[in-house]
Amino acid sequence: MARTITYQQAINEALDQEMGNDPSVILMGEDIVGGSGADGEMDAWGGPLGITKGLYPKYGDRVMDTPITESAFIGAAVGAAASGLRPVAELMFSDFMGVCFDQIYNQAAKFRYMFGGKAETPVVIRTMYGAGIRAAAQHSQSPYSIFTHVPGLKVVVPSNPYDAKGLLIQAIRDNDPVICFEHKSLYQTEGEVPEELYTLPFGEANVVREGGDVTIIALGLMVHRSLEAAETLAADGIECEVIDPRTTSPLDDETILESVESTGRVVIVDEASPRCSMATDISALIARDAFGSLEAPIQMVTPPHTPVPFAGSLEDLYVPDATKIETAVRQVAGYSR
Amino acid sequence: MPLDREELLHAYRVMKTIRVFEERVHDEFATGEIEGFVHLYAGEEASAAGVMANLTRDDRIASTHRGHGHCIAKGVDVRGMMAEIYGRTTGVCHGKGGSMHIADLDEGMMGANGIVGGGPPLICGAALAAKVKGTRNVGVAFVGDGASNQGTTFESLNLATVWNLPAVFVAENNGYAEATSSRYSVGADSIADRAAGFGMPSVSVDGHDFFAVYEAAGEAISRARDGGGPSFVECRVNRYFGHFEGDAQTYRGPNEVEDLRANRDCIDLFRVAVTTSGDIAQADLDGIDSDVDTLIDSAVDEARSAPRPGANDLLTDVYVSY
Repeated sequence: MARTITYQQAINEALDQEMGNDPSVILMGEDIVGGSGADGEMDAWGGPLGITKGLYPKYGDRVMDTPITESAFIGAAVGAAASGLRPVAELMFSDFMGVCFDQIYNQAAKFRYMFGGKAETPVVIRTMYGAGIRAAAQHSQSPYSIFTHVPGLKVVVPSNPYDAKGLLIQAIRDNDPVICFEHKSLYQTEGEVPEELYTLPFGEANVVREGGDVTIIALGLMVHRSLEAAETLAADGIECEVIDPRTTSPLDDETILESVESTGRVVIVDEASPRCSMATDISALIARDAFGSLEAPIQMVTPPHTPVPFAGSLEDLYVPDATKIETAVRQVAGYSR
Repeated sequence: MPLDREELLHAYRVMKTIRVFEERVHDEFATGEIEGFVHLYAGEEASAAGVMANLTRDDRIASTHRGHGHCIAKGVDVRGMMAEIYGRTTGVCHGKGGSMHIADLDEGMMGANGIVGGGPPLICGAALAAKVKGTRNVGVAFVGDGASNQGTTFESLNLATVWNLPAVFVAENNGYAEATSSRYSVGADSIADRAAGFGMPSVSVDGHDFFAVYEAAGEAISRARDGGGPSFVECRVNRYFGHFEGDAQTYRGPNEVEDLRANRDCIDLFRVAVTTSGDIAQADLDGIDSDVDTLIDSAVDEARSAPRPGANDLLTDVYVSY
């Protein structure tokens, strides 16, 4: 039965139910318990935002705090995955990927292919991404395209509680390494989520809103900003189709292309830096496979090509908002050759 | 006393400035006026002051996410720091860095750091530059007990020995890496003992004791300056506030912080030491207290009234706009 819970609760529930379902699932990460070795409460944090709270009391040693040592514990998760466990490692901020990149990029991603199919690496790395909370340049980035670029990895960017739960359970059951990018501003958003265990397949986009005039493709938090813009535009008679790919690797190119073939006009919204991004990748896909359908140049709404600034007055200018999306849609909607 | 009267007064002023700065940031954060992640250094002042009393302006330090104290002790402008934390154009990084990234290369401060263990490799580079240029300057990397477990730290210790760099690694062990006790996360009885594995001398001192830090760091820094290679200093300290502002700290024991404030406060210990020795009069210290209060008040007032950066600032100081 479905009921309304938050994105955060959906993730916690997915972990809880899959740990109950499969004893090979273990969790590790910095302060995912909190209080280890200290004089006060255990499970003091459940991660800095409390996402894993309650799992240590229930599952004990299967939920492990780690020292601040990202290369070692992400690598340990990878190694444990290749040795029969299904570890879910929490990397507190996706910016910290910089510390442990090798274990993902050169190790986890390569094993199955490089070892001639003799290794499976069913590791999941959950990580918090995104700007908007004044967390500055090293705690605000959106590096999902970097990992989408790497053969052997699967990349998930859920935009709502239902997807977060179903995709995380699929990630845990998947035999390849999967990185789940969770937007820090989505944790408190609510949505209907079934109580029971379910999975959502990778590579199936969600058509969040139907419309025949302009296709908007957006991920994570940007799905919500795009829907906001679509509402305003609808009042002016511009109907947007909003597509949430949900996973960037694999990418559901069919759904994207079908929509573009019907609208001929495209805006891609991406919170990541603009160069070599999901925005440019999807743009190239459309230019190659739907060129004949295009009635206007593809527009990309992204931050500028700068690090994420600290000051609120700058960060608000940096992150794409509904107004910028609306402007881009009006441009492509009004374009004529 | 190993320091003269002016040096003692300066050390007190540094510690007091850090304390009042941090207490004020704590209060202002609670009002909602300061945003983002703020990690306060209150309780650890003797470590920053004791180390930095041995450095010159041209020596370099690399700090941590808990960096305000290191900045102040190294000579970064307090008003510019406060404005930075408020995200204003008058901030030392023009509002682009914030609390976690305060830096001022002119003062030899290579930045607070959002990445645990981000600093030690950088300080190897600063020390290498000093060695290549023959300046007799040193580089000091501050890490916490958390970063003492990072690969970047271990690799830097090794590299500093291999290249015989004028580097000093100061581990401020405040007992907690975020919400996890170092009793859990540090797989050794002593952080200082780890240095032996990298072929460098180390010492562990009571970081509440300014004089103990001053002497231990002084020996390490002199050795580095004289070409004797890197050293490691562990300062055993305590933090008064949470990992970040907003941390309820339920992982800490009952009355843990109250006991520390009452019995192990580094500024109180310093006051007692310098007044009972007869070097400094209470009134001189009280005068500094008053100066510091005025300074911090005006820093906050100035920060509040300073302009916020705008669209014209968004694309500056980056090599390409796209």
